[in-house]
Amino acid sequence: MTDDLARARTILRAGTFLTLLALLGVAAVYLLALRYTPVEASQGLAQKIFYLHVPAAWGALVSFSLCGLASAAYLFLHEPRVDRFAASSAEVGLAFAVVMLTTGPIWGKPIWGTWWDWDPRLTLTLLLFFLFLGYGALRSALHDPRERARFSAVVGIMALVLVPFIHLSVYFYRTIHPMPVVLRPEGPALPGEMLRTLLVSVAVFTLLYVGLVTMRYALGLARDHAEANAGGADA
Amino acid sequence: MGDFVRVAFAVAEKDLRLELRTRATILSAVVFAALVLVVFNFSRDPTAVAATDLAPSVLWVTVAFASVVALNRAFTVEREHAALDGLRLSPAPRGALFLGKALANLAFVLLIEAVTVPLAVLFFELPVLTAGWGLPLVLVLAAVGFVAVGTLLSAIAVRTRFAELMLPVLLLPFLVPPLTAAAESTARLLAGRPLSEVVGWLRFLAVYDLVFVVLGLLLFGAVIDE
Repeated sequence: MTDDLARARTILRAGTFLTLLALLGVAAVYLLALRYTPVEASQGLAQKIFYLHVPAAWGALVSFSLCGLASAAYLFLHEPRVDRFAASSAEVGLAFAVVMLTTGPIWGKPIWGTWWDWDPRLTLTLLLFFLFLGYGALRSALHDPRERARFSAVVGIMALVLVPFIHLSVYFYRTIHPMPVVLRPEGPALPGEMLRTLLVSVAVFTLLYVGLVTMRYALGLARDHAEANAGGADA
Repeated sequence: MGDFVRVAFAVAEKDLRLELRTRATILSAVVFAALVLVVFNFSRDPTAVAATDLAPSVLWVTVAFASVVALNRAFTVEREHAALDGLRLSPAPRGALFLGKALANLAFVLLIEAVTVPLAVLFFELPVLTAGWGLPLVLVLAAVGFVAVGTLLSAIAVRTRFAELMLPVLLLPFLVPPLTAAAESTARLLAGRPLSEVVGWLRFLAVYDLVFVVLGLLLFGAVIDE
């Protein structure tokens, strides 16, 4: 059992290292965005937030997708590690979603003239955020670890399935959100410096995701260890 | 296949008979729906927004909330006297149990709609006849979607400590896509637009229903089996 704790400590150390590295990367992204990329012609300096907003959205998307995939895997494998990863990924995704949902309005105020708009993409990102808040609430409302893992796996899968419906409705409505500028069939429509900075930032946020999930995973391992021991003491 | 359907109908019949004897859930859900409509009526400024502009969203929000109230009961009855253990011990395929619970819930939600729509017509003077056959289609398609997701999540929420609060928190984000589709098409239909204009939304609803019914059939086992 103390093996678990020793392992948690090692994983936590690795996670902390990766996270610090990623945070250095975030600082570098700030520098690149301010010094290297040109000022966008129509939006001016407000456009700089793009280098944080889009990678944060990417991070949230990766987190929630991996949580959904891990949920599906859990129902086949019944492996506690997979469940712990899904929980970690969902929680880190919430953090990214908060960054995305706060940087968005800061950009929206000068460019759209409003902090918030019930544009489909905003609305549905907000919904995704609520979805995973619910996922977290469900996890904390269940005590039996195996029941918790099964139920949250089911909700994780359902959330993953809901995402295409979310994306579909973006194209059903009229939207004021900027349309994709990178991942589109005609190829990227960005100047080279902007695209390179964005790609660096996406890589940095991916690293940040890995670091944070690793840390959160170690904490989950330690918590499961503590819960198992507490349960043993009661019985 | 015949057995599958028979089990599903047996479960649905059990739920409906239970409900017909007590009428506890469905009565409160229906009264709740009526009250929500009344409250909405007092919280709008009739000089600012025309009733017909507001009515589709009011109608669908009311139906959604009342459905949550009804769905909350779906597995609370199974929890009492450990009735769920009885279902669990039966050799019935889990998909059939899901289908049965979902069918009973569908009956409840359709009944809620059957009460809410006439009341909305009364309170908001909806030109319901101009909507034609599209409206019942929207009502049924949306109800199926609500019930497919709601049955599965209700079975999960009932096992948590604050089930009555957990279900809406989990369920409402899932209801938003069908709710939007239903409210959008209802608004168009009430404005006298042709059915062809809402076909896209109807397809959206149908795909949503299909996907989540299949998901419910597949995942229900993971929810009720230990």
